[in-house]
Amino acid sequence: MNPVESKQEYQKYVEEKSPNSPIFKNCFNAFWVGGLICTIGQIILNICKERSFDTATSGTIVSILLIGISAFLTGLNLFNKIGKFAGAGSLIPITGFANSIVSPAMEYKSEGYVMGVGGKMFTVAGPVLVFGISASILVGIIYLIFSTQSITLV
Amino acid sequence: MGDINWASVFDWTSLLKCFVVGGIICIIGQILIDKTKLTPARILVIFVTTGAILGGLGIYQYLVDFAGAGATVPLTGFGYNLAKGAIEGVRQSGLIGAFTGGIKAASGGIAAAIFFGYLAALISKPKMKKQ
Repeated sequence: MNPVESKQEYQKYVEEKSPNSPIFKNCFNAFWVGGLICTIGQIILNICKERSFDTATSGTIVSILLIGISAFLTGLNLFNKIGKFAGAGSLIPITGFANSIVSPAMEYKSEGYVMGVGGKMFTVAGPVLVFGISASILVGIIYLIFSTQSITLV
Repeated sequence: MGDINWASVFDWTSLLKCFVVGGIICIIGQILIDKTKLTPARILVIFVTTGAILGGLGIYQYLVDFAGAGATVPLTGFGYNLAKGAIEGVRQSGLIGAFTGGIKAASGGIAAAIFFGYLAALISKPKMKKQ
């Protein structure tokens, strides 16, 4: 049999046997895991509101708790298992931000506690902070320009 | 401690809205992972920047009002929080607020991520690499 032909046939066979199934399954898992993480956040938020914290403080408490939990789950090698199953479901929530700090730090631990752990923590989180903070400064400046001309954006 | 109204903590309409919106935002991320060649780092950057822009335009606020943590827990919410803080800063102290407001609003999350991240990496056991 011609190897090229068999390769094409094999590819055809694979496409027939698995029509889009991975992306649907991935999206479903991302949906319910991501939704669940947000719901845990909402439950913490509701408890904070019941204990009469203001909105900003409640939001900060939710972030700190979710970040702390996922950082330690990453340290215990448990988060990667969730990540493999849920994909974006655990990457997109703030838990993924914490995971992106801890995983490279763990990986480069052998390079020392300052440049290894301290430096590599920001291989993914660094760009996120750079773009997030820069965008927010631009938003602030644009808002300033518009608000001094008494055109309100918000 | 005992005076928490658990019925309103587990208010199912707010939890359902949060679950669905948070889940849909994650599906968008999953589609980006599966259908494009973007690395996770780039996807996170896209989400934060999008959140900041939508926050600045005041659009994301509607989503936050509707879904609560379903909109604030995903990384778009982190961007929204930064932008909202920057606008708040400008309102209070003008131009300098554009620089201080964003990080001030997100300071708890950033500090926690750095502190717990370092701590968790310290106590972690180095993973044995397969292969």
